[in-house]
Amino acid sequence: MLKELFTKTKKKKYATIPSESAKQDVPEGIMTKCPSCKKIMYTKELVKNLKVCSHCGYHHQMNSKERINSFVDSGSFQELNREMTSGNPLNFPDYKEKLDKDRQKTNLNEAVVTGVAQISGMGVVVAIMDATFRMGSMGSVVGEKITLAIEKADELKVPFIIFTASGGARMQEGVLSLMQMAKTSVALKRFSDNGGLIISIMTHPTTGGVSASFASLGDYNFAEPGALIGFAGRRIIEQTIREELPEDFQTAEFLLKHGQLDAVLPRQELRDSIISIVEIHQPGRSISWQEL
Amino acid sequence: MAGTLEFEKPVIELKKKILELREYTKNTDMDLSEEIEKLEARLERLEKEVYENIKPWDRVSIARHPERPTTLDYISRLFSDFFECHGDRLFGDDEAIVGGIAKFHGLPVTVIGHQRGKDTKENIRRNFGMPHPEGYRKALRLMKQAEKFRRPIVCFIDTKGAYPGKAAEERGQSEAIARNLFEMAGLKVPVVCIVIGEGGSGGALALGVGNHLHMLENSTYSVISPEGAASILWRDASLAKKAAETMKITAPDLKKLGIIDEIIPEARGGAHRDLNQQAEAINKVLKASLQELSSLSEEALVDHRYKKYKLIGEYSSLNEFIGVN
Repeated sequence: MLKELFTKTKKKKYATIPSESAKQDVPEGIMTKCPSCKKIMYTKELVKNLKVCSHCGYHHQMNSKERINSFVDSGSFQELNREMTSGNPLNFPDYKEKLDKDRQKTNLNEAVVTGVAQISGMGVVVAIMDATFRMGSMGSVVGEKITLAIEKADELKVPFIIFTASGGARMQEGVLSLMQMAKTSVALKRFSDNGGLIISIMTHPTTGGVSASFASLGDYNFAEPGALIGFAGRRIIEQTIREELPEDFQTAEFLLKHGQLDAVLPRQELRDSIISIVEIHQPGRSISWQEL
Repeated sequence: MAGTLEFEKPVIELKKKILELREYTKNTDMDLSEEIEKLEARLERLEKEVYENIKPWDRVSIARHPERPTTLDYISRLFSDFFECHGDRLFGDDEAIVGGIAKFHGLPVTVIGHQRGKDTKENIRRNFGMPHPEGYRKALRLMKQAEKFRRPIVCFIDTKGAYPGKAAEERGQSEAIARNLFEMAGLKVPVVCIVIGEGGSGGALALGVGNHLHMLENSTYSVISPEGAASILWRDASLAKKAAETMKITAPDLKKLGIIDEIIPEARGGAHRDLNQQAEAINKVLKASLQELSSLSEEALVDHRYKKYKLIGEYSSLNEFIGVN
């Protein structure tokens, strides 16, 4: 014991501390760091787990392709109006370039993908907004594609299911964007009056004009855990009312508590829950009430 | 035995005595079988006497029994694929009322009911089954949805009443109840209501404007709690027992008054004694109700409800006294 104190070969008192930048430097694509619990995991495993962190349950954003793959019956998706692209109605500076850039980055033509598909063998029309394209903002194309999808659901007499993810109306298309709120709502009203089933699943983030139109008009309104949902942005509200807002303000759980959602559905339960609801609304049953 | 009610104490005591004697004979050589047989015969007579002559106040205590089955107990036994829907889309989610979609014998229905808690913690969360306006507005939202998708509505009634509170008044408790009565009248789908516990006043009626109204044998339905009535009429809440008898709040009384359609029998001593048997008894009546009502057209259903309520009320005319027609 004493001897150890006087030995010349002292143990190293220092350790190599990785630099701040190196800490952040997780190889792109192979590993993913959870922004909630900061745990680092294999991207492949994360994707296998429907992009839900296995440590803390954080729901990572899904793009439209991942959503389709995880939600509809494999091979059943037939896309509608893929070729539709935005013009530049207000000649907004740099709008075309921004669209081009996002098209290349995402391999999408616009911020929503629509199509006819099946879930557990039942026909549905789905619309999936993609926040990787212009923050999922709604311009003329998004409004038109969603409207056409609703009309398709009406024509086929199948449920309309929409996954929303959007920063709101697209500023570069001005009032034309605003009017897409009315256009989609008008279409939903007709569909609903014809007995159509509307299911809205709000994912992170669903805000502004999208939350104030079709996202909130479902016969059933659901949201994914932790999703940010609201009309006005947090900062704007805080500046207006000069008050600090609670931490959970505008989360899915906050909305559930305030009566705006039927349920918050974790991604693992989502498909089964929607299947069960669609099944209950299927027309034509083998038995009738009189035969009970 | 937990939750023994006052009126059934003699039965429980006799049962205990018999049990004691049995234990005793097991441990000693004495033969008491003759004695036991006698006591058992007495027990049978006593049970019959006690349970067949249940006084209104006894029914009130059964209806309030802490272990009395709740809406969710029946939902899980009567329906499959129940999916609970939350929120009124206006202000909040009131857990004093639960509702959602489900299947009854494979066919879609909307189920709604008051929900009490089973323990203190749950009771606080559910506000002891006393709804705020948002509870009634949630119920109405689900009823309108049922109408859109043409499925029948089943309502379970089990509340002391709508919550008497400041916030409830601010948000329009009266309007919420009134709106439900008004809108339920026009629903184009069959509506079957079943009182499973306490049916307390307007807070109960707000889920109660149906084509058929049934009551479990030991449930109650009244314009005010017996305590409330006693304190208003006689300025003494301790006269609740008397009020319970005077006010005609039990299922047999309401059947005589023509308010309800069927009395659903309960197990001896109350529904909490045998939940599965109780669910089966409800199942039988509910099935028959829905069978009957589903043969009616949309207009006929609304008309049926109109006539049902039009017929309620007693009055005479002055003309009868003076002999004018």
